[in-house]
Amino acid sequence: MKKLSARRRHPLAAVVVLLFALAVTGGLYAAFAPADTAKADDTAQSLAIEEGKKLYSVGCASCHGTGGQGTSDGPSLVGVGAAAVDFQVATGRMPLQQQGAQAPRKKAIYTQAEIDQLAAYIASLGAGPSVPTKNQYSPDGADIAKGGELFRTNCAQCHNFTGKGGALSNGKYAPSLEGVDPKHIYEAMQTGPQNMPSFPDTTMSEKNKKDIIAYLDTVNSDKTKSPGGLELGGLGPVSEGLFAWIFGLGALIAVAIWVAAHTAKAKKS
Amino acid sequence: MSSQDIPEETLPSTQGHAHEGAVATAGDPFADPGLPPHEPRMQDIDERAAKRSERVVAFLFMLSMLATVGFIAAYVTLPVDKNIYVFPIGHISALNFSLGLTLGVALFCIGAGAVHWARTLMSDVEVADDRHPIEAAPEVKAKVLADFKLGAEESGFGRRKLIRNTMFGALALVPLSGVMLLRDLGPLPGTKLRKTAWSEGKMLINQNTLQPLRPEDIAVGSLTFAMPEGMKEEDHDFQQEIAKAALMIVRLQPENIKDKQELDWSVDGIVAFSKICTHVGCPISLYEQQTHHVLCPCHQSTFDLADGGRVIFGPAGHALPQLRIKVNDKGYLEAMGDFAEPVGPAYWERG
Amino acid sequence: MSNNDNRRKAPAGERVADWADGRLGIYSLAKTNMRKIFPDHWSFMLGEVCLYSFVIIILTGVYLTLFFHPSMNEVVYHGSYVPMQGMRMSEAFKSTVDISFDVRGGLLIRQIHHWAALIFVAAMLVHMMRVFFTGAFRKPREVNWLFGFLLLVLGMFTGFTGYSLPDDLLSGTGVRFMEGAILSIPIIGTYISMFLFGGEFPGSDFVPRFFSIHVLLLPGVMLGLLVAHLILVFYHKHTQFPGPGRTNKNVVGMPLLPVYMAKAGGFFFLVFGVIAAIAAIATINPIWAMGPYRPDQVSTGAQPDWYMGFSEGLIRVMPGWEINFAGHTLVLGVFIPLMIFPLVLAAIAVYPFIESWVTGDKREHHLLDRPRNAPTRTAFGVAWLTWYLVLLVGGGNDLWATHFHLSINAITWFVRIAFFVGPVIAFVATRRICMGLQRRDKEKVLHGRESGIIKRLPHGEFVEVHEPLSQQQLHTLTAHEQPLPLELEPEVDENGVARKISATQKLRVKLSKGFYGEGTHIPKATAEEYQEITSGHGHH
Repeated sequence: MKKLSARRRHPLAAVVVLLFALAVTGGLYAAFAPADTAKADDTAQSLAIEEGKKLYSVGCASCHGTGGQGTSDGPSLVGVGAAAVDFQVATGRMPLQQQGAQAPRKKAIYTQAEIDQLAAYIASLGAGPSVPTKNQYSPDGADIAKGGELFRTNCAQCHNFTGKGGALSNGKYAPSLEGVDPKHIYEAMQTGPQNMPSFPDTTMSEKNKKDIIAYLDTVNSDKTKSPGGLELGGLGPVSEGLFAWIFGLGALIAVAIWVAAHTAKAKKS
Repeated sequence: MSSQDIPEETLPSTQGHAHEGAVATAGDPFADPGLPPHEPRMQDIDERAAKRSERVVAFLFMLSMLATVGFIAAYVTLPVDKNIYVFPIGHISALNFSLGLTLGVALFCIGAGAVHWARTLMSDVEVADDRHPIEAAPEVKAKVLADFKLGAEESGFGRRKLIRNTMFGALALVPLSGVMLLRDLGPLPGTKLRKTAWSEGKMLINQNTLQPLRPEDIAVGSLTFAMPEGMKEEDHDFQQEIAKAALMIVRLQPENIKDKQELDWSVDGIVAFSKICTHVGCPISLYEQQTHHVLCPCHQSTFDLADGGRVIFGPAGHALPQLRIKVNDKGYLEAMGDFAEPVGPAYWERG
Repeated sequence: MSNNDNRRKAPAGERVADWADGRLGIYSLAKTNMRKIFPDHWSFMLGEVCLYSFVIIILTGVYLTLFFHPSMNEVVYHGSYVPMQGMRMSEAFKSTVDISFDVRGGLLIRQIHHWAALIFVAAMLVHMMRVFFTGAFRKPREVNWLFGFLLLVLGMFTGFTGYSLPDDLLSGTGVRFMEGAILSIPIIGTYISMFLFGGEFPGSDFVPRFFSIHVLLLPGVMLGLLVAHLILVFYHKHTQFPGPGRTNKNVVGMPLLPVYMAKAGGFFFLVFGVIAAIAAIATINPIWAMGPYRPDQVSTGAQPDWYMGFSEGLIRVMPGWEINFAGHTLVLGVFIPLMIFPLVLAAIAVYPFIESWVTGDKREHHLLDRPRNAPTRTAFGVAWLTWYLVLLVGGGNDLWATHFHLSINAITWFVRIAFFVGPVIAFVATRRICMGLQRRDKEKVLHGRESGIIKRLPHGEFVEVHEPLSQQQLHTLTAHEQPLPLELEPEVDENGVARKISATQKLRVKLSKGFYGEGTHIPKATAEEYQEITSGHGHH
């Protein structure tokens, strides 16, 4: 400690303190930043609408109304279909944690069995898109190139070239599609959750959707190839520019400092 | 060093005895003490240290040679399409990674060796070199001015005004030929920017399925992109035409449409707007189905599709043009004419 | 090494040199230059980073031209990248994909080329910042400052044309933006656009045209400027920081041969090595992920390369003003940013001339200023950088929004306000910080360095021991000049005759007061103050 205090006026002391303060602030932020507090419910079994209705009246009715007719806090669910329920609840967007610009993706609160019950109940309120079958959304045998073209025409404007997400107005955003289950991508296209427009089968065929899913599976999954090296978020020139400044020019300046520095003298004066 | 003109007083030897923190020289305590005496490095006094440095430099040069051999080996052995997983970078091209790293090491080691050599083994005695004023001495200046005057007089440039003026005239005109030659870079604008491929009776073709659209295909809250009937990707002018004709179609509840003309030009709440932003021409299409706003991904101009495509935020200067549509007798959507105003960015003649 | 040949005394190297000297006069050239002195400081090597990355760009660029087809003819892709099979694209795009996937090492060279370009422009900006903040642009180096400035601007446009060549969806969107910006020019906008694109956008001409601009016209001009820039650096001799033995009349450092030959030559390889390693590790502009350009497709996050980011910011935050009159449209929402863009750049170009006019200083300056000792200049520089950064934030507003969970509209409004307020705050704050640092320097000179060692005096008082500075440090901290502001000449001359003082003269004096007048500096320690304190207090 004495050694430390004797050096507190060292010319480099301010730098050390600054670095320390930055580290502490960052650490505190990481420790206290709002973490996802989702707890899995482990009840649930049996099936059918009755069970779903019970779940609904506990978890959903306060915002969407007792009969799914909607209130000022949540839209009507009549006719949204099972696909919408499966998408919203299985991706953790519903139930909503707090009102905001839009519902973020979270860990799902309900089990898949409960979600199926909820979906069955909502589907009974009015006809809507049903949950797609594996055959519908599996990328096998689809045309990846066609999917790429469709993706750039219909999706990339919000979700970026390879589905890394992007900004919308007033704090809303198109989420990243990384790690999203193909089933949920299919459901999202079909039902148009929140501010996303829908792409129903009448204007975007089942085959089209399959192609898009196959394209995403190629360019945005954990086995995606990035031949050139680090993807840098796949965000385009902004992250490339930051990388060039910090690691490119930063490394070169570090090298320049070494080149220009005086070589250590034999005895310290 | 003998070729240098080193001013005597800054030579280290004459300053060699000035100790640091010595009592201030008489008068000015902040006087320039001159170059500090040269202090030897370890390599200057210890031959073993110098030998160590030499070995490090040689090692770096050797490493560079090895890396070049590695580069050639990688080039010859690795197939161009081989991918490998490298933590934490990801699935990357084996060839790009190995060629880049070996080339990087080969180059870096040459540089590092040279610099280490310079830093540890070459003399690090600082020397001073004199500067000389850049301005010419007065005599030189006078001589140059006199020469110039003489030359100018001999040419008669100032006296023979006719020659001077016609020469300026000729020199000024000759570049015009160059400007003329640029004329054929492109056609004159004419009314090209006013017209698109849309015209009366052309059906709206869904760009996903390439089928004509029917009103019942388009659900409230959905988003569809369309092009005019008869346009094909293979056409040689497809790029130019789609750059103006691209269309986005959404369906609103008719009671949500605030603008009267928009309602008149729609079919059961189905409205067709130009996909080309009126700011600088990006394909605008970030449609938020709950707010009916559409946002441009390039510069965030925001338009309200429920209110005649009015600008509600951002740098765009005027509303998105709407295409007037109807249902034809076969039940398909078709255009009732071209856009009423030019699509895309504004320009001087737009009016 | 021809010792075996006894009739010739001179070694082979010398004979070659003699031959060359008889024709080129190399000995006289070498006499002044071979042992030319260069001062050592890391910030003096930033210019070398620019030079070397430029050389790397030229080398890799030549390689790329061997494989790139600057043509917009449509072809159908059947290459080795599966997610693009059967797609229609321009030959330019296809050949770029082929360079990336089918030419061995092609991807590496493409990435080195692009990374080096980003680093080139970044290094130019940092190099200019170094020159600016140390006052190295002062006489006699103003012309070289202009050369450097032109290199920066040309570098930006060479970068932009290169970014446009692959004809991918991102670059095409950038070119579309350029077309929209050109259309906004009053009267001649549509004509320029038609001439540039050979008809309507996108047409089939812009890639070959941009290609010759990118590989021939602009690099040619830049090469000429670069040579002139380097000749002037040699001719003026390098500037140096003040210090013991370093005066305005000398340059202290190490000789070109051998030390700088090795250091500067070695640095080229270091720069090339670092950039090659970056190209091995990180991908840049993965055009295969973006797809070929189609004017009706787009992706979010459509930005130009970073050096055009500030113009992107200008265009994004500008309100959409448009004036219609007499059948014409004045597109102010696009045209004003298009006009501010050169003004932002010109502001840095003309600064040396403004400063020398305001200060009336006509002397040569070879000793650098520490930024704190020129508070007004430093404050101007920081204000400009703040302006630039605010616009960069504006240019990436969508990514700020998604990555910091903010509203894009709020960021846009922030940038609109900060565009005007930011530089002013930065100016005031920087000047105050500079004065604080000057005050600290003065205290250090007068009282020595605070050592952090607390001593208890016999009567119980605690004092901190101050270590006196060395003569070298004392000199370094007091070597700077503190110019006085210009004074207006008296309105009546010595003969009692009224004299007319021009308005420009008055303005000049006013500005000079702003630069150097009261409240712009802390008077540096004088010898008297120092002697009084050192003799009075003894040792603490």
